[in-house]
Amino acid sequence: MIQNSQPALDRSDERVRHDETLSGALKGFLDRIRSGDLGTLPVVVGLIVISAVFTYLNPVFIAPDNIVNMLFDCATVGVISLGIVCVLMLGEIDLSVGSMSGFASAIVGVLWVNHGWPIAAAIAVAICAGAVCGGIYALLFNRLGMPSFIASLSGLLAILGMQLYILGPTGSINLPYTSPFVMFGQILIMPGWCAYILAVLPGAVMVLTGMSTRTRRLAANLSARPLTAVLLRAGLMTIGLVLAVYYLSLGRGVPWMFGMFVGFVVVMNYALTRTKWGRSMTAIGGNREAARRAGINVRLIYTSAFVLCSTLAALGGILSCARLASSSQQAGTGDVNLNAIAAAVIGGTSLFGGRGSAWSALLGIIVIQAISNGLTLLNLPSSLRYMITGGVLAIAVIVDSLARRSRASHGRA
Amino acid sequence: MTNTDATSQDPGTRPAHAPILSLRGISKSFGAVSALTDIELDIHPGEVVALVGDNGAGKSTLVKILAGVHQPTAGTIEFDGKEVSIASPGAALGLGIATVFQDLALCENLDVVANLFLGHELSALRLDEVSMEVKAWTLLRELAARIPSVREPIASLSGGQRQTVAIARSLLLSPKIIMLDEPTAALGVAQTAEVLNLIERVRDRGLGVIMISHNMEDVRAVADRVVVLRLGRNNGIFTPDASNQELVAAITGATENAVSRRRDRKAAQHSAVEEIAL
Ligand SMILES: Nc1ncnc2c1ncn2[C@@H]1O[C@H](COP(=O)(O)OP(=O)(O)OP(=O)(O)O)[C@@H](O)[C@H]1O
Ligand SMILES: [Mg+2]
Repeated sequence: MIQNSQPALDRSDERVRHDETLSGALKGFLDRIRSGDLGTLPVVVGLIVISAVFTYLNPVFIAPDNIVNMLFDCATVGVISLGIVCVLMLGEIDLSVGSMSGFASAIVGVLWVNHGWPIAAAIAVAICAGAVCGGIYALLFNRLGMPSFIASLSGLLAILGMQLYILGPTGSINLPYTSPFVMFGQILIMPGWCAYILAVLPGAVMVLTGMSTRTRRLAANLSARPLTAVLLRAGLMTIGLVLAVYYLSLGRGVPWMFGMFVGFVVVMNYALTRTKWGRSMTAIGGNREAARRAGINVRLIYTSAFVLCSTLAALGGILSCARLASSSQQAGTGDVNLNAIAAAVIGGTSLFGGRGSAWSALLGIIVIQAISNGLTLLNLPSSLRYMITGGVLAIAVIVDSLARRSRASHGRA
Repeated sequence: MTNTDATSQDPGTRPAHAPILSLRGISKSFGAVSALTDIELDIHPGEVVALVGDNGAGKSTLVKILAGVHQPTAGTIEFDGKEVSIASPGAALGLGIATVFQDLALCENLDVVANLFLGHELSALRLDEVSMEVKAWTLLRELAARIPSVREPIASLSGGQRQTVAIARSLLLSPKIIMLDEPTAALGVAQTAEVLNLIERVRDRGLGVIMISHNMEDVRAVADRVVVLRLGRNNGIFTPDASNQELVAAITGATENAVSRRRDRKAAQHSAVEEIAL
């Protein structure tokens, strides 16, 4: 330990309790929860409860292969939900992500199967369609002051119309089962060694960055997190991930598509928390005028969020047509829209803007898929499934609102 | 009334340099309300100009025009001898005009460091949190800030602490002009003194300072010139040694006003009390 003669820069005010030790770190964590800064806690607890109940009702629920299936399903809507996190961060919304995903899947089907385009070109066109759609919302929002709620509500209908139009009277296109594209959506599984490496990687990265940050902070005369806390967190996470990979490998293994989704989540998390762009997003969500006065190009940030959201929606649609091996009039309709938005909110991204994380898309979509999968296993009619999913969403929003109030009274915005 | 003409002022108080910022005929109307009419104002390097006036006189509106928040309806702005249009807050910061707004304009959901560096973070693709935190502590120390932790969201700070953060932020980009809209309104005794010291320090470094304050004591302590606005118009320029009566008259627009009546009444009471005591 380096002994500094003067106290660390951020330790000179004697009113602050300093959580230097492991128990201190734990105390800080409890303080945060109590003040309403819940983070991912409610959703993790919720997930455990949901899994326990469904496993009790039907043990098939927890079987490795059922979980692998669930992960395939998570990836498609999860990618859409990741885009929703972006617009929610700004306190805006995109209600047309379902339609956009359906339209993208229709584009892929029509261009690839009906017109014989190369698959890559068809995918590129679908992604561009998403980007253009987001660009239009941004234009309407920035230039005409049209609320995103209304813009995307009209977009929902218009894009659905386009989807039906390009699919034509047949209404459904089957995609070739043996193509790598459909195999990616249905059966491609990571080799075991690869899955284990990916499970160990995050912990290793955490330890390395944790140690380098610690050295830099101590060198700059700032306090630093105790090394034991970093090691403990990384260790627990690695154990968890390795066990998960092991459990999945008892069934088919870890789907590539899910791996890709998690990759997107990690990248988005980095972008939101460690880049200037992400900082600007959070700032605008918290206080748009203050962000503008700080010299942030607010319009550009709104544009980036809307474009990103629609593009990810298109990508989600592309993944889901690979998953279903078809492009149909039903793609993207029904509960896709609601599930994508609900996942982000259930995962802990606030509807009020300025708070959220990429992880909420991952956690939220797992909760949603677990519920829908569990209810399907119980052979419940879809009427009941809708009611229950609606109820869960309501609970998530209530938790969000209550936590917001509690944060306000604890001065945590 | 001893109103001097807006453009002809006591040459003794004017620094020798050419003005870094000069406003000519600036007007601003919000719909039917004309908040500012034909404002003329010069700021020289190394000069503290106090902008005073009653509530609603248009002080904040003027500051917001210079900060790029509002666009003037008419008039020209010259910065460093060149005519400029300040189209956005980003443009103002780019020119070197930093502002502490009356409403502070902080993001409550972000912590102190994030607010200080908002829009000007170090290394955009891999935020350098350590350097930013060190710089934040240095800036806050300079202002004798009483902020326990820079990693708490702004929402958890007191009014004065927030004000200190806003002031610290204006210093970050090493501007040429600093505008402070009621910077000491919420500050404690020590912090107010520190802000006044700071204003003198940045003046000595050759910056132009525009300070808005309702506190005549603070104004007298640091200002080189006192510019009075009344109902959105120039209403005289004074030296800080102008008498209180003169200033109040210019601010309220009459020698006979609420302040003078109150003073006379107090004086009368006082002498009455003395008479009784005798
Ligand atoms: N955004 C706005 N829209 C409409 N009117 C406005 C706006 N901002 C200011 N005004 C009007 O302009 C006038 C001047 O307001 P301003 O905020 O500049 O006053 P001020 O001199 O800063 O007063 P105070 O000492 O109370 O801060 C007021 O009559 C106010 O109602
Ligand atoms: Mg004001």
